[in-house]
Amino acid sequence: MTGLRYVYAVCRPFGTPLQAELTGIGGAPPALLHHHGLVAVVSTVPEADFCEEALKAHLEDLDWLAATARAHEGVVDALTTVTTPLPLRLATVFRDDSAVRTMIEAREEHFRSLLDRLHDRVEWGVKVYVETETAESAESAEPAPSPARPASGRDYLRRRRESSHAREEQWQRAERFAHGLHERLAERAEEFRLHPAQNAALSGARGQNVLNAAYLVSRKHSEEFVELVDRTKDEAAGLRVELTGPWAAYSFTGEAAS
Amino acid sequence: MTTPSRFPEPYGQGSGANLADILERVLDKGVVIAGDIRINLLDIELLTVKLRLIVASVDKAKEMGIDWWETDPALSSRARRDELTRENAELRERLARLEELALEPGRRTRAPKEAP
Repeated sequence: MTGLRYVYAVCRPFGTPLQAELTGIGGAPPALLHHHGLVAVVSTVPEADFCEEALKAHLEDLDWLAATARAHEGVVDALTTVTTPLPLRLATVFRDDSAVRTMIEAREEHFRSLLDRLHDRVEWGVKVYVETETAESAESAEPAPSPARPASGRDYLRRRRESSHAREEQWQRAERFAHGLHERLAERAEEFRLHPAQNAALSGARGQNVLNAAYLVSRKHSEEFVELVDRTKDEAAGLRVELTGPWAAYSFTGEAAS
Repeated sequence: MTTPSRFPEPYGQGSGANLADILERVLDKGVVIAGDIRINLLDIELLTVKLRLIVASVDKAKEMGIDWWETDPALSSRARRDELTRENAELRERLARLEELALEPGRRTRAPKEAP
């Protein structure tokens, strides 16, 4: 079987060995490729799956994509426990080790400056959901006491206005809460990124996602940050705050922005 | 830099992370390097847009002011913008042609009249 080199991340040399049982894509154990004072974390992937055509087809297959994405993230995650990795985008593949070395040489400076910027920092994901069950029950509870049929056209219109008004108010409340929370968290973070809200179809999460943000926080301040998020969890009825992480600083590998 | 030991993991690995959380990071974020296997970036963008259709509830996100992808040329509005630009150009061209016709002295006055 011909193999290609899949690169998960680039980091500085680290002393702690990776877990022996750690596996990457296709169950292959990741290896460390040292070059020019940097380390590329690589594993061998079958050319049959990662040549151009196969890859193109695979990327359209959500099951394959999900498994590959989880394996990629699994390795990056393991690295995050021992060092500060620069995660590469999914499916960065080279012919062999020497091609990986050439890539490192070409980007050495860029890698170093990114590694400096992200050193000892992790990413925390914070999402706010409007609990739709609450939204629905609030809605259905509201017209219940009034008769099933509106007495007049004007009555009907008034009721419709009230109902959409209640919905609108709930969204406004959610928006205010999310903005306020984001402001507080951004103050404690070195950088942040706002991601598009997630739809339940893929996330499988309950409720409507109204804030989906990533915060870059030093390890030193992470505990404080997590406590701050935890404290807000009971602040607003009908809203849910979710924390994920610590992630490698995926969202902060581009240009420094915020 | 060498790290002597594992970092403490008080909060559990990727606790509560769902597939959307992982995909939005590994597909959309991270350092972009063109490897030896050149996956057509356009294909990736298409995939990303497709996923985004599933992932993003655009209206709600916009209400929240989360609209960075509006300026991301690879995402969402590009196709729409291009379409509008094209349509705009086409309409201008048609308008110019009509004006030309209307201003052409010969045609304007004589066309409706019958030759004597």
